[in-house]
Amino acid sequence: MKTIAASAVRPRVAVHKFSSCDGCQLAFLNLGEDLLTLASRVDLVHFAEAGPLDPDTEVDVAFVEGSVSTPEDTERIRQIRAHSRLLIAIGACATSGGIQGLRNGVFDSQWVTQIYSHPEAIASLERSTPIASHVKVDFELWGCPVSGPQMLAVVNSLLLGVAPRDNADKVCTECKRRGYPCVMVTHGIACMGPVTRAGCGALCPSLGRDCYGCYGPAENANTDALAARFAGLGLDSVAVVQRFQSINSQAPVFLAAANKIRVSGND
Amino acid sequence: MLAHPDPAGFLPLDQLPELLSLLMRQGYQCLGPAPEHGAIVMRPLQTSSDLARGLQAEQAPGHYRLTHDSDNRYFAWAHGPQAIKPHTFAPQESVWQVDRDLAGVLQFRPVMPEPPLQALIGVRACDLAALALQDAHFLREGRRDPQYAQRRERLFLVAVQCAVPAATCFCASTGDGPTPTAGYDLALAELAEGFVTVAGSEKGAAVLRALNLSPATAGQIETARQQGEQAAAVQTRSLPGQNLRDALMSRLEHPRWDEVAARCLACGNCTAVCPTCFCHAETDVPALDGDSSRHERNWDSCFGESHGYLHGFNVRSDIRSRYRQWLTHKLATWHDQFGRGGCVGCGRCIAWCPVGIDLTEEVAALTASEVKP
Repeated sequence: MKTIAASAVRPRVAVHKFSSCDGCQLAFLNLGEDLLTLASRVDLVHFAEAGPLDPDTEVDVAFVEGSVSTPEDTERIRQIRAHSRLLIAIGACATSGGIQGLRNGVFDSQWVTQIYSHPEAIASLERSTPIASHVKVDFELWGCPVSGPQMLAVVNSLLLGVAPRDNADKVCTECKRRGYPCVMVTHGIACMGPVTRAGCGALCPSLGRDCYGCYGPAENANTDALAARFAGLGLDSVAVVQRFQSINSQAPVFLAAANKIRVSGND
Repeated sequence: MLAHPDPAGFLPLDQLPELLSLLMRQGYQCLGPAPEHGAIVMRPLQTSSDLARGLQAEQAPGHYRLTHDSDNRYFAWAHGPQAIKPHTFAPQESVWQVDRDLAGVLQFRPVMPEPPLQALIGVRACDLAALALQDAHFLREGRRDPQYAQRRERLFLVAVQCAVPAATCFCASTGDGPTPTAGYDLALAELAEGFVTVAGSEKGAAVLRALNLSPATAGQIETARQQGEQAAAVQTRSLPGQNLRDALMSRLEHPRWDEVAARCLACGNCTAVCPTCFCHAETDVPALDGDSSRHERNWDSCFGESHGYLHGFNVRSDIRSRYRQWLTHKLATWHDQFGRGGCVGCGRCIAWCPVGIDLTEEVAALTASEVKP
């Protein structure tokens, strides 16, 4: 992929927000001292949460948080793409459609009327979709939220002129390197770690609880085998579907796993 | 348990803290079994008397539970998820670093762990057999791994005979247990009233002499021997032979590989808990200011994506080829590399597999039928 090392002395960087909770932008803000170092190496020209506002300017790298969820979003993402040399989607919303993707397939205008006092003010698309469904994305960083060290590694790789490392290994690899005994084996709880992407440092298993898949599907995710195991641990088919239908419900691998169980449950 | 000419001593139960105190006085940090997250892990002991007691480790495919030992023994748990491996081959470490000096010249330097002297209390015969294999790999003539070597030479190993093997254990079948025969500094066999204690090294013999124990009686030595025999006899799992090289290499297209691949999560837990697996991945972690970089080494697994990546393509893109790689390396081509198989019969890969794939069952299925010509 393209990188930015050879281009500007201080690459111009933007951080954009779409439908999201802002948590991935916070991964930037929470970098502390590293953010100051980063700010001395790049020109942060647009980052609403941190201050600078210049959404339509030309940039070397645009980080995009959030999913495309409104008619206005569909137009805005095209504008951003046209103004950016590289576009990096960050977080579950931007890579899979996020938690709001749970409405996909079950969207009902009646709900809007029931929930909002001024339903006419709501302009939502029926489906929440990832950035890559609309424009070319150069790199996807999964996670809900993404972690600071992950973000730094991506920026750093781009600054050094190499492609960012795409680690699609399972959460288990980080879990075992950190010496946490497997919670599925010791407690019999339904852990999503064996089908979920690494990147969080096995945060939930470190606290003795099960991974809930917030980093999205890992490579070669054997969801059939894991679903069978969950059933063996006593989860009924609704509970197994719910394991796959959470933060990254629309990630194709998790969606297919859930649909397969729904279909076999209806047989 | 008679690897050293010094006669076996007998360490009464209430004098176990004295062994630990002695090691602590000699400068060793003592690591002993502790229950954590529902499993036995090795943790530093604060005092000589805080060794966990009265625990058993119930194990089955994909299942591990700590239970109560009604005899309140110190070492009735078979083992935890890790053997000695993390104490010698670190799961994550930097092996070298490069810094740009004031003149702009790159300066490379090794990063050494500088660990304290460590005494591991309660290692098993299978763990020692695995350590010997890790030594063969990491301390190979002409390719000595400095970080591994430094940790290794600072270890003092107190082995304990297994009296209560787990249902997943099959060390008797691989010839690696349940009674330690080599590779320890001290070995204990736990009886109701104390420990038959033998030395296996000069370091161990010096500690044994300093303990000034009475000799173990012939009856105590005989009880320990019988305990070991019984622990071997109760094991129900086994491998169909100690050299499965030809049996497996002639079945590379067996349909069982597809069948097991359908169940396997390719999570790599088996390789992480395997005490002999040594694969690692190396990555560079440049600092954000662009003036330094760490060369990091992490445990890797043949079940991961990048393990099979060669320049421009992946030789093991599916789970079938990854499971086959693991099993045929461990039990077949390991013989070419190390002169023996890479399995020491600890059964950790069975218990810690989240879906309970049983290596002994897979090998039995693979080798049961005749090879098609």
